[in-house]
Amino acid sequence: MARIGIVTERDKETRVSATPQTVPKLIQLGYEVVVESGAGASASFADPAYIAAGAQVVDRATAWASDIVLKVEAPTPDEVALLADGATLIGLLAPGLRPEIRESLETRGITALAMDAVPRISRAQSMDVLSSMANISGYRAVVEAAHEFGWFFTGQVTAAGKVPPAKVLVAGAGVAGLAAIGAASSLGAIVRATDPRPEVADQVKSIGGEYLKVEVEVEQSTDGYAKATSEDYDRRAAEIYSEQAAEVDIIITTAQIPGRPAPRLITAADVATMKPGSVIVDMAAGSGGNVEGSVAGERVVTDNGVIILGYTDLAGRLPAQASQLYGTNLLNLLKLLTPGKDGQLTIDFDDIVQRSVTVVRNGEGTWPPPPAQVSAAPAKAPEASVEPAKEKKKMSAGAKYTLYGLGIALFFFVVAVAPEPLPQHFTVLALSVVVGFYVIGKVAHALHTPLMSVTNAISGIIIVGAILQLGSENLVVQILAGIAVLVASINVFGGFAVTRRMLSMFSKGAQQ
Amino acid sequence: MSATTIAGAAYLIAALLFILSLAGLSKHETARRGVTFGIAGMAIALIATGVIAVQNAWDSPSGMLGLAILVGVMIVGAVIGLWRARVVEMTGMPELIALLHSFVGAAAVLVGWNGALDAPHLEGALKDIHHAEVFIGVFIGGVTLTGSIVAFLKLSARMSSKPLVLPGKNFLNLGALVAFVALTVWYVITPEMWLLVTVTVLALLLGWHLVASIGGGDMPVVVSMLNSYSGWAAAAAGFLLSNDLLIVTGALVGSSGAYLSYIMCKAMNRSFISVIAGGFGIEAPAKGGDEDQGEHREIDAEATAELLAGASSVVITPGYGMAVAQAQYPVAELASRLRERGVEVRFGIHPVAGRLPGHMNVLLAEAKVPYDIVLEMDEINDELGETDVVLVIGANDTVNPAAAEDPSSPIAGMPVLRAWEARNVIVFKRSMASGYAGVQNPLFFRENTQMLFGDAKERVEDILRTL
Repeated sequence: MARIGIVTERDKETRVSATPQTVPKLIQLGYEVVVESGAGASASFADPAYIAAGAQVVDRATAWASDIVLKVEAPTPDEVALLADGATLIGLLAPGLRPEIRESLETRGITALAMDAVPRISRAQSMDVLSSMANISGYRAVVEAAHEFGWFFTGQVTAAGKVPPAKVLVAGAGVAGLAAIGAASSLGAIVRATDPRPEVADQVKSIGGEYLKVEVEVEQSTDGYAKATSEDYDRRAAEIYSEQAAEVDIIITTAQIPGRPAPRLITAADVATMKPGSVIVDMAAGSGGNVEGSVAGERVVTDNGVIILGYTDLAGRLPAQASQLYGTNLLNLLKLLTPGKDGQLTIDFDDIVQRSVTVVRNGEGTWPPPPAQVSAAPAKAPEASVEPAKEKKKMSAGAKYTLYGLGIALFFFVVAVAPEPLPQHFTVLALSVVVGFYVIGKVAHALHTPLMSVTNAISGIIIVGAILQLGSENLVVQILAGIAVLVASINVFGGFAVTRRMLSMFSKGAQQ
Repeated sequence: MSATTIAGAAYLIAALLFILSLAGLSKHETARRGVTFGIAGMAIALIATGVIAVQNAWDSPSGMLGLAILVGVMIVGAVIGLWRARVVEMTGMPELIALLHSFVGAAAVLVGWNGALDAPHLEGALKDIHHAEVFIGVFIGGVTLTGSIVAFLKLSARMSSKPLVLPGKNFLNLGALVAFVALTVWYVITPEMWLLVTVTVLALLLGWHLVASIGGGDMPVVVSMLNSYSGWAAAAAGFLLSNDLLIVTGALVGSSGAYLSYIMCKAMNRSFISVIAGGFGIEAPAKGGDEDQGEHREIDAEATAELLAGASSVVITPGYGMAVAQAQYPVAELASRLRERGVEVRFGIHPVAGRLPGHMNVLLAEAKVPYDIVLEMDEINDELGETDVVLVIGANDTVNPAAAEDPSSPIAGMPVLRAWEARNVIVFKRSMASGYAGVQNPLFFRENTQMLFGDAKERVEDILRTL
């Protein structure tokens, strides 16, 4: 049974890698869990809560010496030194951007798994920490903007006058962008959104935003991230941002391209056209910034009074929530890595998810993983190769009417030549059929079963014929008729009784 | 005014009451009244017939024997009928109804035989017509009898629900019909007993073959079709006995069954004519369902419970699997728990869900789900896009997006519940096997779909425990 260590993060990091909610589930996987004293303090999870959840609270050295160490931020070389030989470290290791971190882990049989390298495929969504953090950041960006903005978000008509709703532009409708759109629109603002992928238009609309389409041909992405786009597109997009900047009160930018500097979306000239008191939140400030003049981690006020927020720790500003989601992401990864639920961590390199997150295995570097193709982008629709389903043979309208005509003529002929009392019977039959269709046509779907059992009961009316035949002189006939009466009466009594039983069960709900 | 004219009047009243009965069933509010009308109509018809029977029998010994048989067997029949009706499980309704259909078929065959054995004294054309009527009555009755028995065996899993595929099955059916017409003509010319035996056997074989060649998932159509046949059998007996009440009732039942089959066919995108003729079977799927659909994601009961507790609207779409797993009680419990928490819970019922038209409604009603939250496909479909979580319990083809989106799919064009439009879809399923139609379901591989594997009842109970 392996031991999992939850360690305290360094100063600025407010998140923690396991919460009192995720600890019991880690224990269910067969692990023993130890928590460094005070690890959850900045996320408001006190030590006793971890103890109540089944973990032991230990000192720093013991936590770091565990078989598996769960972390948020990448470790410093000092921290790597604390790891036991052959230990497994799981955290946000930024393997692509900061190779020195993974290189520092290629030692002493250590295995390192990077949560930020989870491939973007459906199955791995539950471990996708970038998505879960982006979601929180998007929300927090709106909260930060609202905090700085000197007006309501929602429009109101009050006794003291009319308040117009705030106008918010969200650049980029990824996870963070969508979260921002949702949060801003639920505060009552008018929200517009841009994104190079036209397929997100529906998602934007579904959470209350308006999608501003850039009318330029654009290629569909195959790895789930937006790609740097063509010049035409950029020109048109820049125009849209300039137009919007002059009009909106809040701009939230979320555009990031993995492994590359963030694209510049809002120029200093755009910012200059904004009203004093407007707020810009540049969520990409950490990777170069979407907004000219933003400073990573800082609040900047421009000469014309526009506030530009370049905070890079937006997710960390909701520490408890962020820890909970990150902890769940970790838990889901461990579930995948512990198929036996026996506290034994195994890494299967044939599994694309496990392969992708592993950056160091047993002290040897395994970065980069083979590229994963995403299922999110629709595979090229096999339209050309698929033939339309076999056309069902349909009669032409002419043939149909001819058939109807023939049928009616035949019926007419039969009735015309039939001796009494047949024509009278046919009249009864025809009218009953018509009445039957109209009456049944109104029956609610829900009552089809009771309808069947009632019609069943009344088709037991054939008992009438059998009863009359019972009076025959012929004993054989009497016996046969007797059997007919028997089965028909089962039908009559059984059919009505079961219908009554069924209908008595249908009850209307008390209105809540 | 004689006993006969009084009986005629009573029959007319009974026929009207039957129509009112069916009309009453169109709404929940009037359904119970409808059944009462039906019972009243039946009672009037039976009393009137009884009076005539007593009058005819009064001073002949064989008549008295007939009366004794009548009283005896009716009591036995009533006891059996009431007992079965009391004890039947609601999941077993399809079997019971199929069995009851077979009784009508059996009665029709016997009445037809009696019509031949105890022929009234007729001359000329009327005699020929009588012979033809005997044949028609026996034929329809025979088909209904064995057809219903096979349906019963398949529904109660005493017989494999796989379709029987004999070579040239359509020709067998057609040949049987042609033979029937030829035998009828022959019998009209020379009424001989062996012809009647032959046609009875022929009808029994045809009924058996018709239903045996239809698979389990098509049972809603088959059962309503047999319902229709049993009506026509009664109507044929009415012609034979020159009894208008039988004709009216038979026609009502016959047309109601035909209409139900029509609704079922529309819901499965099949041709009505081919179903009535029994000629529809299942074509092998045009293409294998094993093409790469991508990966599915799993979820466990606890996570599902959390998802449900956090949702504001939930739609449950049950299918035959819910009936098989007997999961209607825990599902109903789940619905009521969630409603207590303020979650809007509704049920979306596909017309052919289950093995009987309206089967799911009855099961949910049994589990005390109020009927005003149980909606039809057309009522709920446009709201699925606004729904937080859709629970697909034991349904497969009725929520298959391929029907709407893939023109090459074998079920293309079939109306389906658009579950995939919801924000989250949880599919309760035993395994990744494809559904009745043998078509892989792309819903399972959607981004917003998660699979909850295992027995539906146990899984729902797990969710309840977590809640």
